[in-house]
Amino acid sequence: MNDTKSILIVGVGGQGTLLLSKLLGNVLINEGFDVKVSEVHGMSQRGGSVVTYVRYSDKVYSPLIREGEADFVLAFEQLEAARFITYLKQGGKLIYNRAKIEPMPVITGVCDYPDDIEEKINANVDSIALDASALAKQAGSVKAVNVVLLGVFAKYTNIPKEKFIEEIKRSVPPKFVDLNCKAFNLGYEEA
Amino acid sequence: MKNLFLGNEAVARGLYESGCRLVSSYPGTPSTEITEYAAKYDDIYAEWAPNEKVAMETAIGASFAGARAFCAMKHVGLNVAADPLFTASYIGVNGGLIIAVADDPAMHSSQNEQDSRNYAKAAKIPMLEPSNSQECKDFIKLGYEISETFDTPVLLRLTTRVAHSRSIVNTNERVEPPIKPYKKNPAKNVMLPAFARQKHLVVEKRTLDLASYAQNSGINTVEFNDKDLGIITSSSCYNYAKEVFGNKASYLKLAMVYPLSEQQIKDFAASVKTVLVIEELDDIIESFCKNIGVNVLGKDIFPLFYEFDQKIIADKLLNSDLFPEDLKAKIAKPNSYTDCFENLPIRPPAMCCGCPHRGLFYALKKEGVYVSGDIGCYTLAASAPLQMMDTCVCMGASVSALHGYNKVLKDKSESKSVAVIGDSTFIHSGITGLINIAYNKTNSVVIILDNSITGMTGHQQNPTTGVTLKGDMTTSVDLEALCRAVGINNISVVDPYDIDASLKVIHQELINDGPSVIISRRPCALLKSVKRLAPLIVKEDDCIGCKSCLRIGCPAISFKNKKAVIDKDQCVGCETCVSLCPKNAISKQEGF
Repeated sequence: MNDTKSILIVGVGGQGTLLLSKLLGNVLINEGFDVKVSEVHGMSQRGGSVVTYVRYSDKVYSPLIREGEADFVLAFEQLEAARFITYLKQGGKLIYNRAKIEPMPVITGVCDYPDDIEEKINANVDSIALDASALAKQAGSVKAVNVVLLGVFAKYTNIPKEKFIEEIKRSVPPKFVDLNCKAFNLGYEEA
Repeated sequence: MKNLFLGNEAVARGLYESGCRLVSSYPGTPSTEITEYAAKYDDIYAEWAPNEKVAMETAIGASFAGARAFCAMKHVGLNVAADPLFTASYIGVNGGLIIAVADDPAMHSSQNEQDSRNYAKAAKIPMLEPSNSQECKDFIKLGYEISETFDTPVLLRLTTRVAHSRSIVNTNERVEPPIKPYKKNPAKNVMLPAFARQKHLVVEKRTLDLASYAQNSGINTVEFNDKDLGIITSSSCYNYAKEVFGNKASYLKLAMVYPLSEQQIKDFAASVKTVLVIEELDDIIESFCKNIGVNVLGKDIFPLFYEFDQKIIADKLLNSDLFPEDLKAKIAKPNSYTDCFENLPIRPPAMCCGCPHRGLFYALKKEGVYVSGDIGCYTLAASAPLQMMDTCVCMGASVSALHGYNKVLKDKSESKSVAVIGDSTFIHSGITGLINIAYNKTNSVVIILDNSITGMTGHQQNPTTGVTLKGDMTTSVDLEALCRAVGINNISVVDPYDIDASLKVIHQELINDGPSVIISRRPCALLKSVKRLAPLIVKEDDCIGCKSCLRIGCPAISFKNKKAVIDKDQCVGCETCVSLCPKNAISKQEGF
């Protein structure tokens, strides 16, 4: 509702959305922005839909992003991309992992996993789809999906790539730095 | 230095900088991380207490000893600790005492929605309410000053959105006030009726002094812009209001939400045309305003439930006949958006892959019992496909409520009902219920789900784990011996990964005479110490597509092209599903 930039990060509990929002928040702080990040802890983390919010500007008030406010939606999973598409503002960009993780109502046969998600996204919003899980595995662990997506996002900012790499080196335990840098670069090149 | 701190992390930083020496808490979302972060500072002694009442009493004891002390809990935890809270108000402090309570509007991770501001009013204790992480830190410092100046405990109220949002915090060094000498003073510290009568008068006077402090100290901030609209608000709602109105309204932002200053509110209201109160949950500020004759708009427009945000505030005002039309023009219009999906499948939280609770609840489903439930990860057993929880009230209620249930239905229910309770919850308040079962004699079956950790709140140690919050080795509660000591003679231990063996024991204990405890023992699959095993596979040729394996509700098992499939990225090889397959089609992959 003002010049605040909003990035919505959505996925399934356990996929590593929190690390992504934290990395991103730190990069933005180092660029001199006021930053607010809102996270989800507790029960909803247990395999449910999770959403974290990152907002930056000269001065940020609300840590929340509502429908029509997000400049970017970064989705770790297809169904979650579909679920949060209304949060994109007109002209916003969706970056999403093609991976599918079936929710319990699909597993138990109560409903079907929609098969037209990519098609509808392509028809309606500006988006980039990628096999982030495969790229993460290529880097060394499927858990690095978060950093692959960070790599894609980095391409669409004016912030130099090196700033992201520096932050990864600062925030990630030493033995996982190489893996994460590789994952970041794979995402960056894919964008 | 600029840090992107979680609200809870900033509270902990405030404790460190203010020279707090003792933190005692019980975990509860969204308050848990305060104590975890506090424990990282060597200068602060921090611990997990068995429950919130013990935690608060421990902090009160540290204050008696002359140190700055602290405890944190979620809103329902304050119900448990309400007893010491009300009398601590009369006694006041020696070393400063702050009690943080984290409310959960919208119930992201809670069984009810409570507005803890009611406790401040009821216990007559000043309450501070930060709106961002910097204020979380600053209000701890302010809180200790108020506590020691006015001889009162101070409540710090957080909500999920403040506790679990990150924003910029500037840090300073620790300044540790010396421990204040203890002086024996029964009139202050021993709340016998004769002393308490005197102290109540002191508390009433203190509240008046605090209200005038609220007005004169500048902690509540007045921001005059356009005076057609004046907004009285606090905490997150201030942030949302600023998004909606920016500088097109004036603000009275309350840092202290109890006590409120009559004069300050009257002065603010007199200088603006229309007064709007924006507050989540109850109408605490609004009803105060109305009681002192200040005409405000509030809950006639905004709901008494759930969390607010900038969109809810804008929408409610735009759609209200009560909100003047000329003021509606000041509202930042919500953006338009694209919606191209309808009826998407929901994704409710589910037990993790390899969760030991899954096998136990599947065994209970096969036995077809009434399940008196409790608070923890295992409450997820209430959802499909297990749907094996009949009731869930609060921490510990599984055990005591089963006793009441069985007292009424007697032998009609005793062999067909169980209570389920986690290890940490059992220590918190299940043990007293078990004593009641033994003492007042029902043939109840209590199952302790011992996963060696406090799970739902994110892996906290507890008195059964043998490790303290600081990481030191310590004594651990022997659950079997404890249950035996209170008078339970039938005690057995099962491995919930082995469904058939667990079922056999459950069945036997249900028909046994006398009360029983079954300990379902298997560490949480997410613990670092638990080795992740090779994923299982479904032998496609052997699978007959009967969907038996789907009945256990494992996120790793799905159904594709009329066959069951196991997602190797998710499967941890726990083998709980193996015995469900009538064709033995689920097995370890060859080569492992």
